[in-house]
Amino acid sequence: MSGNETGRAGERLLSLRGISKKFGAVSALTDIELDVHAGEVVALVGDNGAGKSTLVKVLAGVHQPTAGTVEFMGREVTLDSPAAALNLGIATVFQDLALCENLDVVANLFLGHEMNPWQLDEVQMEVRAWTLLRELAARIPSVREPVASLSGGQRQTVAIARSLLLSPKVIMLDEPTAALGVAQTAEVLNLIERVRDRGLGVIIISHNMEDVRAVADRIVVLRLGRNNGVFTPDASNHELVAAITGATENAVSRRESRKAAEVTE
Amino acid sequence: MSNQPQKPLAPKALDRADERVRNDDSIAGALRGFLDRVRSGDLGILPVAVGLVVISVVFSMLNPVFLAPNNLVNLLFDCATVGVISLGIVCVLMLGEIDLSVGSMSGLASAMVGVLWVNMGWPIPVAIGAALIAGAVIGFIYATLYTRLGMPSFIATLAGLLAILGMQLYILGPTGSINLPYASPLVRFGQLMVMPAWFSHAVALLPGIVLLLTGLGTAARRRAAGLTAQPMSLLLIKAGVLTAALEFAVWYLNLGRGVPWMFGLFALLVVVLQYALTRTKWGRSLFAVGGNREAARRSGINVRRIYYSAFMLCSTLAALGGVLAAARLASSSQQAGTGDVNLNAIAAAVIGGTSLFGGRGSAWAALLGIIVIQAISNGLTLLNLSSSLRYMITGGVLAIAVIVDSLARQSRVTHGRG
Repeated sequence: MSGNETGRAGERLLSLRGISKKFGAVSALTDIELDVHAGEVVALVGDNGAGKSTLVKVLAGVHQPTAGTVEFMGREVTLDSPAAALNLGIATVFQDLALCENLDVVANLFLGHEMNPWQLDEVQMEVRAWTLLRELAARIPSVREPVASLSGGQRQTVAIARSLLLSPKVIMLDEPTAALGVAQTAEVLNLIERVRDRGLGVIIISHNMEDVRAVADRIVVLRLGRNNGVFTPDASNHELVAAITGATENAVSRRESRKAAEVTE
Repeated sequence: MSNQPQKPLAPKALDRADERVRNDDSIAGALRGFLDRVRSGDLGILPVAVGLVVISVVFSMLNPVFLAPNNLVNLLFDCATVGVISLGIVCVLMLGEIDLSVGSMSGLASAMVGVLWVNMGWPIPVAIGAALIAGAVIGFIYATLYTRLGMPSFIATLAGLLAILGMQLYILGPTGSINLPYASPLVRFGQLMVMPAWFSHAVALLPGIVLLLTGLGTAARRRAAGLTAQPMSLLLIKAGVLTAALEFAVWYLNLGRGVPWMFGLFALLVVVLQYALTRTKWGRSLFAVGGNREAARRSGINVRRIYYSAFMLCSTLAALGGVLAAARLASSSQQAGTGDVNLNAIAAAVIGGTSLFGGRGSAWAALLGIIVIQAISNGLTLLNLSSSLRYMITGGVLAIAVIVDSLARQSRVTHGRG
């Protein structure tokens, strides 16, 4: 979270054109278009299996797309490894967090980017870790315990802290609030806004429509691996759910109308 | 972050802000922390220490020669050869992989030294260099098989075990054995050369001094950065105990022939590897890949390069161990590196506390583990037991060590210590 002024607000940071990803016969993503601007929070929503996590992994360099181009800061880039994505300035908080349980919090935060490679600067790294965790209002009892001893929420915080360590330009959060308590969820949402105000582009995946509406500037809906509409946060729940499930008549709307009927009775 | 506003305290250190953490700052606290770690399965060097005491008591009761200074000097000579091989094993075990061919590799290196130096008349350093390069090349092949072709290291190195043994027999030719000249520096290094008494005492002072100085330096930097530091008293006690123990050991060994230079070389390699594992980015990456390979990859670590470095280091150290073994035995023979060398090297690493499951271990493990293994082997030899019994007993000890490792791992998982 060190000072990182990313150009003018509104500059297009990331732009995906026709991204497709096939796993054998399965098309996980087909012709995905996505733009992320500086100082903008883009929410990716969609049902289970809509391709959200696959898209994130493509951008993180974990999977390589079968077709399509990725432009970053106006240049076409190849994200052929996680290191390439990190070096460009695309940081990711994965759904499975990707932490090494045998290492302590400090080691995990700095993994792959240790200070002073030939004589690790443990003191500076620990100070930096505490400052970063404080900024996130994290409740981590000790940064010298193995990550295995932390709770789910604490691990989530560590993963988020790690993504911010490298002063990225775009940060992607895959279900960042799924494992968090009420206070931490609010903290993460605050944090997303703070990061956005600094001019970073944020991509957030969430199933929680309340969280999405609270922070997103645009809501991009994926369905069965394809773009299925872009909405603003003031779009009605009904519209969003319809786009996500692909039908105006769906389980959610049926449940709502049933509830409404019960109330009127 | 304090929840007790009614007690305005001095600003707390960054790492003491959470009131849920017990602060083990005192000596009693350090002791309590140690007991907690042991209970949760983080055994450290405890099994080795207990094992060494038991072994010493049992063998010295059976044959008092066991603890005689000169026998211990011999023991250290023997430790150095397999110990160096075991250091390499620590590197691959750290990744959760294995190299089963280190015995054959050491045999090939010993044969190469014999053939190149004695038979072909190459200078000793060049012959040794060639043997080490052969080790690096074989490690490179294993890493390629593993990372590019996805061949499990277990199988790749098992195949290597046989192939390298074949190479060893091939280059030794029909005679099968080459004697190295006794007067040569290499053989004298492996059999006779010991440090002068004053020098060994001076060297024994070093670890304590280094511990104290780095400890003080770290403590000062931590305080300056607003973190808590280890109390001075604890540091002094640690350094004092370490120095006293080492000086006593050196004094006792000097009652006999003295401290072997070859053991000094081994100890130096242990220190270098320990530094590399704990204080460099490479070592941190090794732990990370062993703990969670995918997480390491996603954090930008070049996982493939880490595998290459570990396998190459392992085979190269195995080759060095083979050279030392040739020096120790003053011969390169078909028997070099066969028998229990492989298993002893692996057992030493595991007994010392390197996990077979990856992500845990230290260079000390190889040092302590090999002393246990060689003590058993030496004690059994003194009792004139046949090698059949020796194998059975060493096998039993290895099994116990692996059981302790598995149980400790289960306990660590339930106590959330990875």
